[in-house]
Amino acid sequence: MIKVLFFAKLSEQLGCRELQVEATAVEDSDQLFQYLTEYKAEWHTILTSQLCLKAVNQAMVNDNVLLKDGDEVAYFPPVTGG
Amino acid sequence: MISVQEQDFNQQDEYDRLKCKTSIGAIVTFTGLVRDINHGQRVSDLSLEHYPGMTEKCLTDIVEQAKKRWNIIESTVIHRVGQLAISDQIVFVGIASQHRGDAFAACEFIMDYLKTQAPFWKKETMSDGQTQWVDAREVDQEALSKWIIQ
Repeated sequence: MIKVLFFAKLSEQLGCRELQVEATAVEDSDQLFQYLTEYKAEWHTILTSQLCLKAVNQAMVNDNVLLKDGDEVAYFPPVTGG
Repeated sequence: MISVQEQDFNQQDEYDRLKCKTSIGAIVTFTGLVRDINHGQRVSDLSLEHYPGMTEKCLTDIVEQAKKRWNIIESTVIHRVGQLAISDQIVFVGIASQHRGDAFAACEFIMDYLKTQAPFWKKETMSDGQTQWVDAREVDQEALSKWIIQ
């Protein structure tokens, strides 16, 4: 399974903080994002209408990366700490 | 020392902890507080969410980067999460170095990186009871760009 996490405004909009996706359903992070946009009717608009940052196994990544069973992928808005 | 915590911290305790060696000639500290106004709107309180696990990794990485660039004898980064009130302390960065130049630069570098890289998110409650997530600011990205080695 791939563990998918959402944070902050994004998790509120989606009404979801955590989701498990079958590792066989997606090969890479681009495919996972596509999968998520089709997960629920309103998710496409929410995920594509704003800047979503992505972290794979707790490290921020910009590019598409291959995913394997046990990976953790998080999506969140630009950070605002400090 | 890196800590992500709900509880408050004490300036004197942190200063005393940084002053750990006789080779230290400079200590620079920065403290971020909860402001009562943001973009002209009155704020009544603030909550801070983070990504447990990644946050600590990210702060550790930022401090490691700073150590490669400047002389740092001791360092502290504390970031609070959870519910905070106006004027509460949010973040503390303390750097102990041989000389002030390194301490000033490392402290500012860590804050600039933290504000744009570390997975924290602020949500404000306004005086009318409405809540809103704080948007990332362009000036924070610009602050980061000055540290990029060309």
